[in-house]
Amino acid sequence: MSTIQVEPQAEPVPDSPQRQVVNDFSIQVATVNGSGSQSSNNVLMRAIFQMGVPVSGKNLFPSNIAGLPTWFTIRASKKGYVGRKREIDVLIALNPETAKDDVEALEPGRVVLYEEKLNLSKLRNDLTFYPVPFSKLAAEIAEDAKMRKLVANMVYVGSAAELFGIEMPEVEIAIGKWFKSKKKAVDLNVRAAQLGAKYVRENLLKKDPYRIERMDETRGKIIIDGNSACALGSLFAGVTVVAWYPITPASSLCESLIEYMRRYRIDRQTGKATFAIVQAEDELAALGIAIGAGWAGARAMTSTSGPGISLMAEFTGLAYFTEIPCVIYDVQRVGPSTGLPTRTAQGDILSLYYLSHGDTRHLVLFPANMQECFDLSIRAFDLAERFQQPVFVATDLDLGMNTWMSDEFRYPDLPIDRGKVLSAEDLERIGEFARYRDVDGDGITYRTLPGTRHPLAPYFTRGSGHNEAAKYSEKPGDYLQLVERLARKYETARLWVPEPEIRYSTEGARIGVVAYGSTDAAIEECQDQLRTEHAIDTNYFRPRALPFTAHVQKFVDRCDRVYVVEQNRDGQLADIIKLDVSCPQKIRKVLHCTGIPIDARFITDQILAQEKGA
Amino acid sequence: MSVTSERPKNQNIIGLTTADYKGLPSTLCSGCGHDAITSQIVKAFFEMGVQPYQVVKMSGIGCSSKSTAYFMNASHGFNGVHGRMPAVATGAVLANRNLICIGVSGDGDTVSIGIGQFCHLLRRNVPMIYVIENNGVYGLTKGQFSATADRGSRLKTGVVNDLPPIDCCALAIEMGCSYVARSFAGDPKQVVALLQGAISHRGTALLDVISPCVTFNNHEGSTKSYKWAKEHEELLHEIDFIPYFEQVETVDYGEGEIKDIPMNDGSHLTLRKVDRDYDPMNKNGAIRLLQESRDAGQFLTGLIYVNPVSENFVDVLNVIEEPLCLLPQNQVRPGPEALKQVMRELM
Repeated sequence: MSTIQVEPQAEPVPDSPQRQVVNDFSIQVATVNGSGSQSSNNVLMRAIFQMGVPVSGKNLFPSNIAGLPTWFTIRASKKGYVGRKREIDVLIALNPETAKDDVEALEPGRVVLYEEKLNLSKLRNDLTFYPVPFSKLAAEIAEDAKMRKLVANMVYVGSAAELFGIEMPEVEIAIGKWFKSKKKAVDLNVRAAQLGAKYVRENLLKKDPYRIERMDETRGKIIIDGNSACALGSLFAGVTVVAWYPITPASSLCESLIEYMRRYRIDRQTGKATFAIVQAEDELAALGIAIGAGWAGARAMTSTSGPGISLMAEFTGLAYFTEIPCVIYDVQRVGPSTGLPTRTAQGDILSLYYLSHGDTRHLVLFPANMQECFDLSIRAFDLAERFQQPVFVATDLDLGMNTWMSDEFRYPDLPIDRGKVLSAEDLERIGEFARYRDVDGDGITYRTLPGTRHPLAPYFTRGSGHNEAAKYSEKPGDYLQLVERLARKYETARLWVPEPEIRYSTEGARIGVVAYGSTDAAIEECQDQLRTEHAIDTNYFRPRALPFTAHVQKFVDRCDRVYVVEQNRDGQLADIIKLDVSCPQKIRKVLHCTGIPIDARFITDQILAQEKGA
Repeated sequence: MSVTSERPKNQNIIGLTTADYKGLPSTLCSGCGHDAITSQIVKAFFEMGVQPYQVVKMSGIGCSSKSTAYFMNASHGFNGVHGRMPAVATGAVLANRNLICIGVSGDGDTVSIGIGQFCHLLRRNVPMIYVIENNGVYGLTKGQFSATADRGSRLKTGVVNDLPPIDCCALAIEMGCSYVARSFAGDPKQVVALLQGAISHRGTALLDVISPCVTFNNHEGSTKSYKWAKEHEELLHEIDFIPYFEQVETVDYGEGEIKDIPMNDGSHLTLRKVDRDYDPMNKNGAIRLLQESRDAGQFLTGLIYVNPVSENFVDVLNVIEEPLCLLPQNQVRPGPEALKQVMRELM
């Protein structure tokens, strides 16, 4: 059963101080929200990245502006694993409130670099402790209290760099990049880092096995968060009307979009914007504006998270039934209700699929990495206009707000697809027009845009019953014809949505793993664990969209058992798969819903436990 | 200025006839105030010589919202969800700034379920005409009070409304609306002049038109009945509209007798004094007037407030002149060098 809890199995503990653990450990920085640790954490992560070592960064933060505990985890992984690593190898403890708990949660053999004042070394005798007087050192170079606090963060970066072999010149470059042209800030922070390093050099003896060594695995790579990647995708998709309402964790999507649009979408000749962005009064209005714009022919979008999706239900049904294109980003967070606003989940899948009353089914895309946040954003706009319906792009807080390494984004090679739009010339040539007539037999009908100067062009859009000619109708035959055509359109979409990623084992494995979205980040590592530690070979299937393509049935056919791994309580995608395949009894669920990003070890343990009973 | 005398009497300046502005036959109750307003909408657009293909008709849900189907078949229409027409209209106008947008809504649609969107539409000054067909009841659900029903007014069933009404015009002025008028469906001359003024206006033009519901709210004891409105209507001024394409004759009127409001497109509204001196360009005066007339139980109609030179939402957003929806790919998808530049910065 999916709910069996297994004894957690820790990664093997480094057996002796002589053993080196190179480029394969995680650093967790425990600070206080609002203390300015964002810059130092980023610098630390970037410095490792610049040394050619694959990294990922995850910020675990409270729903609060300042004062509550926050943790930032940097994972260095020579194998390129980017999922969360369950075990913390190095704790950098700066927050008096959580320090004791943080230390106690560590596996034996791990390392604590901490603010000397916190006096942590007596808590345990199976860890390596490095006390450093960060704030005292900061006081040497920064006079006022606020500045001291900020600078203290960069002191720990220097100390960590010295301890773990992160090269100081790279730290300095990263500082320069972060603070950009602010020379004074750059100088101050560089001095702080150097001070932290110097203290370690002169006062501490390295006793732990963790080291960063130069590699060449990050050349040509970028570091970005998913919200920015989606924003870039929207920019290059040619979005023209954007309406949004602030909500964690989606806000930064439209905020970075605003920055990119201001930079790249102001007409050179006139200085005017080739876009309109509206911060709406609520999510209802945000989607309403997008729908009005989509109806009038703009490429329109909104972005939100779970609570906003709930509010958008009615309008989504309208757009589905009246066949109006728009793109809706859902950067998922933990629900129901307000839930855990700053924690990640994949809990909106069923909501998105069926959003609104009556018979509805929507197109949902699942980007799993930064490149796909970009690519599938562009696809979403094309699909929305091709199918004349809302298209959801479902990411989550982990993808959206955390920083990920990625290949450079590829410039779109296909032109923008505006779908079946008839111009005045088209109407003149064809000589007839019925808005909802299925001329091509694919369920997708032709539309005209308001403002088209032709007597055949105008039609009346209504959320009430309508016939092929867009006239009001309550006739049973008209209704049936309409909803059956919409179902047919949905079948056509199976041929157009992004295909899944499928990796069959060369060993003829009979166990399948299914994951999507941010969960994908933990899968390769999990498959490696199953293979190397337990000789279990697995196939992998990663859907990138709803509706499913025909591949899902074939995949399930080739497996005896299929584990659908997702980050919600009930196994929402697993249930949709069950509806779609002929052998639903093969589907099993591996579910993680703590708000913390899923990790490979959890999945491995869950699959093993279920396999024992298999 | 075009020479009006040369064209046939039944044609407007673009050569169309009233028939070109007609819609489907109404399915509302016979005698409904909304149908009277529909006729004036047809007349106003016809007389202004507006190209129907440039017009979009927006509405929400309710009897009033149905009426967009009953005029201008030659325009695109959008009958959306209850109380949410403002958002959809905003999106459409942003997507294509050349569209002339008219929204028709009811009192329930506007200030009950839709009050939030209504307020924000006004505060953005979205360029559109917004007609409230205000009858104080929900007709389609058979006669429940709406939020504009007066305190003490009585339903046919005997139910008395004991909550105060929301004054759509006062709310609109407070929210920054740049053209606010109140009228009565039984006063076609005034309705059409106010509609033409609204068509000439570049921001949100709000018309709160008392439009009696003959089925559920036209009885003794109602304050939204034909009888009540006829007996209580007090004209703020007599309104004439002179479109931009007609010569304005300079006639000398007595001091303070006539107020001339030059509209943005070159048209004029002339307001002839009835009882009081009233300046609709004075916002504080407008608010005071509405408060005083409410206290006095008066039903004042006319142009209550106008600011003909307000900056509308499309201007505020600095949107390019070409409709956004028609921009070609090379104007909306930056080139490969832009992506390269962003990528370099992220390395």
